[in-house]
Amino acid sequence: MYKPGSDRDQLVISLLTGQFGNNIEQNEISTDMPVIKVKKSAIYDVLLFLHDNAELQYNFLTTLCGMHYPEDSQLGVVYHLHSFVNNHRIRIKTAVNLDNPVLPTATTIWPAANWMERETYDFFGIIFKGHPNLKRILNVDEMVDFPMRKEFPLEDQTREDKDDSMFGR
Amino acid sequence: MSDKQIITPTIADMPEGIAGQGYFATSFDKAVGLARKNSLWPLPFATSCCGIEFMATMASHYDLARFGSERLSFSPRQSDLLMVMGTVAKKMGPVLREVYIQMAEPKWVIAVGACAASGGIFDTYSVLQGIDRVIPVDVFVPGCPPRPEQIIDGILKIQELVGNESLRRRNSVAYNELMKKYNIE
Repeated sequence: MYKPGSDRDQLVISLLTGQFGNNIEQNEISTDMPVIKVKKSAIYDVLLFLHDNAELQYNFLTTLCGMHYPEDSQLGVVYHLHSFVNNHRIRIKTAVNLDNPVLPTATTIWPAANWMERETYDFFGIIFKGHPNLKRILNVDEMVDFPMRKEFPLEDQTREDKDDSMFGR
Repeated sequence: MSDKQIITPTIADMPEGIAGQGYFATSFDKAVGLARKNSLWPLPFATSCCGIEFMATMASHYDLARFGSERLSFSPRQSDLLMVMGTVAKKMGPVLREVYIQMAEPKWVIAVGACAASGGIFDTYSVLQGIDRVIPVDVFVPGCPPRPEQIIDGILKIQELVGNESLRRRNSVAYNELMKKYNIE
C-alpha cells in the first residue's frame, strides 16, 4: 500500500530539482504516486537520469501514453516508471505544442517503449524522434487521422440509418 | 425426465418424387440439395463472445451434429458455410473478404449476433458496421449474444436455402450481379 510523501518520494523530487532546476515545471505527491511535470526540452535527460542514477534505478517502464488538451492546443505524454530495486513508482508528464508534436524516443532507454510509442503515434500523432519503426500499430494503415484527438468523432461516419434525434449525434 | 418426446431429426425428410417398388425417382436438384443441406461443413470465423455461444452449440448439450454439421473445416477451401460470429474490426474486413473469396462455390454465409449483423453496440470508427458491407450474407441471427437455440435456428434456415437452391443459381445473372456489387470476381 502506497503512503504519500515517503522519504523516497522526497528523495526523487529533490534529486530531480537539484539536477534539472527550472526544467522541472511542477511536482506534486498524488494519492498513488509522485507526479512530475517536465519541460519538453529536458524530457530525454530526465528519463535517462531516472534510469541510470544509482540511487533511483527506474529500470521498468510500466506504461506510456498520449494526452490531448484542445483548450491549450497541446499534446502530452505520460510515462509511468517503476523501480524494482526500491519498489517505487513515479509518473512523468510532458507537453508539446499541437503544431509540432515531436518528442525524443525512449526506446534507447527502455526497449519496451517501442510498441507504446507506436500506439501513441497511432492515436495522437505524436512523433517520437529516433524511434526505429514509427508506424501505425493498431489502426488500419490507410487511416489519415489520429482518432484519440478530441475533435475526432467516435461514431462511425458511414452509417445512414441512425439519426440525431434517437442516437444523439 | 419428462415424458415429452424430444424430436431430433435423425433421418432426412424424403424429397418429393415418385416412389414404387424398389425405386424412387426425384429431380437431380432435389437429390443434390438433400445431400448438401445435411452435410454442411461450417467454417467458424469466431472473433468474440458469439464464438463462445457457438462452442456451446457444437458441444454435446446442443450438438450441431444432429443436423449434419459436426465436421468443422478450418480451411476455407473445403467449407460450405462461413459462420461469422463476433465483432469484426475494419482492419479485419479484408481478411474476412479473403476467407470468403477462398471458399469454393457453392457457399453460404451466416452472420451470428448483433456485431456481425450491424456492428452492435460498437458504433465506432474502428468497427465494421455489419459484415454485409464486405461480403454477401444469407442469414442473420440476432442477439447479443444469441442463444445456441437461435444459432441452430439460423443453421436450419440455411439448410432450407441450401436444400431449395437451384443448381443453376450460381450461374444466374442476379447472382453474378450480387457478386459484382461486392467487387468479387
